[in-house]
Amino acid sequence: MSEFSLWDIVYNLLLAARWTVLLSLTAFVLGGLVGLLLLMVRTAGNPWVIRLVRGYVELFQGTPLLMQLFIVFFGLPLIGLDVSPWVAATLGLTLFTSAFLTEIWRGCVESIGKGQWEASASLGMNFTQQMRYIVLPQALRIAIPPTVGFSVQVVKGTAVASIIGFVELTKAGTMITNATYEPFTVYGCVAVMYFLICYPLSLFARHLEGKFRHVAR
Amino acid sequence: MSLVELHAIHKSFGELEVLKGIDLSIDEGQVIALIGKSGSGKSTLLRTINGLEVIDDGVIIVDGKKISDRDADLLGLRLQVGMVFQQFNLFPHYTALENVMLSPQVVKKQSKAEAKQIAEEMLAKVGLADKMMHYPDQLSGGQQQRVAIARALAMKPKVLLCDEVTSALDPELVNEVLAVVRQLAEEGMTLVMVTHEMRFAREVCDKLVFMHQGRIHETGDPEEVFSNPKTPELSSFVGGLA
Amino acid sequence: MAYKFDFGAIVPHWQLLFDGGILTTELTVIGAVVGVGLGIMGAWARASRAPVISQIVGVYVELIRNTPFLVQLFFIFFGLPALGVKLTEFQAAVLAMIVNLGAYSTEIIRAGIQAIPQGQIEAAQSLAMNRVQIFRCVVILPALKKIWPALSSQIVIVMLGSSVCSQIAAEELTFGANYIQALNFRAFEVYFVVTGLYLVMSILLRMGLKVLGNFLFERRRHV
Repeated sequence: MSEFSLWDIVYNLLLAARWTVLLSLTAFVLGGLVGLLLLMVRTAGNPWVIRLVRGYVELFQGTPLLMQLFIVFFGLPLIGLDVSPWVAATLGLTLFTSAFLTEIWRGCVESIGKGQWEASASLGMNFTQQMRYIVLPQALRIAIPPTVGFSVQVVKGTAVASIIGFVELTKAGTMITNATYEPFTVYGCVAVMYFLICYPLSLFARHLEGKFRHVAR
Repeated sequence: MSLVELHAIHKSFGELEVLKGIDLSIDEGQVIALIGKSGSGKSTLLRTINGLEVIDDGVIIVDGKKISDRDADLLGLRLQVGMVFQQFNLFPHYTALENVMLSPQVVKKQSKAEAKQIAEEMLAKVGLADKMMHYPDQLSGGQQQRVAIARALAMKPKVLLCDEVTSALDPELVNEVLAVVRQLAEEGMTLVMVTHEMRFAREVCDKLVFMHQGRIHETGDPEEVFSNPKTPELSSFVGGLA
Repeated sequence: MAYKFDFGAIVPHWQLLFDGGILTTELTVIGAVVGVGLGIMGAWARASRAPVISQIVGVYVELIRNTPFLVQLFFIFFGLPALGVKLTEFQAAVLAMIVNLGAYSTEIIRAGIQAIPQGQIEAAQSLAMNRVQIFRCVVILPALKKIWPALSSQIVIVMLGSSVCSQIAAEELTFGANYIQALNFRAFEVYFVVTGLYLVMSILLRMGLKVLGNFLFERRRHV
């Protein structure tokens, strides 16, 4: 019989879940910024840049997230940087997110017809102005549903960060299981908590998809 | 007793009542055309005869058997009543021959050899013996529709329903399909067709059924119906065709 | 003080990586075949006329898609024994991959099924086919062909996800990497190389699935 109550378990998991949320938000925002930068650079059209970005995306989409985190975690100290699991997890997940988001957004930008580029160019706009005033605003509307959908993947990705020692929801689950010997209950609660974070996001993404289907492009 | 009897058929889609009490009987060997404006309910009525539309009220009797909406009943019904669609609806991943062979094999459990023989016969009958191994996207619209007719015939139905079978065809391809339908009529097939081909209907059909806003307005011999419309609706319909 | 890379330190342990790669492949193949099979059944169930069946499958799909694979794996390996179901590392890993891919495939295949034009279904109905016959002859192959790219992507994702199975000591590629770096203390080099191996594997898998797709859905007769 365990001397821990269900509430003890849930309470400690909730405390750890804050870190899950924090890591998710940080990686999502930073990853979004990097992804946006890559998007702008790629759209500018230089063939070498396009190849580089494509390679970057294929690298992150073609390798396990765990490997990416390991490389960051074990690689950074080699160039003299002392990394905590938090920093490694943030950096790794940020790069991961940036690759996927830039690819999602590339599709959205490419679906903006050539006519928009030509019209704005003939009005004398330079590339940055075209992106800022004409292309990105339209691409944004199309991009919102899949971007929200990807946020679910980011939250799920934070679980992998537990493996490099970052104490978030999954790691806490492991630690509490070791203390209570009740893996069924503990991991059950862990699953429920992830579900409570992710399911609303999934529903929201689906809702947005339906809404934007009727938007004229 | 008629081959197909429809009594007091009612059908609504949500708030909209599409069939407002239809009575119709079809004898063996008869060729019947359902005509009328869009929205008159003619396609819906046709589709109740093979159960693709489920009626809200009324009785349908085919070959002496009352039809319910139970699955087993519907399957039995469709062995007797075949259908050809406006959009052909051939299965794109099968060749013409395979399209025709499929149901005899799968539903009637005939052997592959038997089914193949029937299929080859039917495809020859519609004039497409040389296109047996073609896929639908390699055939013209008229050819696809003829394959569709062969496919329905391979099940040896007692009644063939034709739902605007030439409406989706380019004009020059319409005649090859009408020729096949004419041949079937001459051979004594019981046909019920929804069509806009008025000239064809006059030549080939025994009975014309004019529908308007969910009701049968007039029925009769094609010549009679066209020359002496009794109702203003039919008059204006016929007038609009001239 | 500069770090001296020593990739050579991996070479004596190549067998571990090779064996790990084999196990990753086994996990992926079994997971993919059974997972897609489960997905076809799930998609069929979603279209069931009994709402209860459709809802149960719906709950399964949402549970899997909104929780991390690692947690599903831990639940199966550590949690199920409480219900009397004790699995080996390999069994738990495969089961987790099957259950995971099954949920995603159900949704993907379902989308493919819904894209089959209604006219095809009506034609098959008018030929007196029952629901099972229609599914088997008219719906499933064209549906699979349509969603094959999306399904292939998901299979690659599951293959990459297998790397966390190392956490329950399933002896796949990542486990091999963990083992080697514990021996030679060359963590960066080992993981760098193994990442490259995964990249190669994912490229090969994607190509292989493309070829498989062409084979499965190719037209048999040429005119």
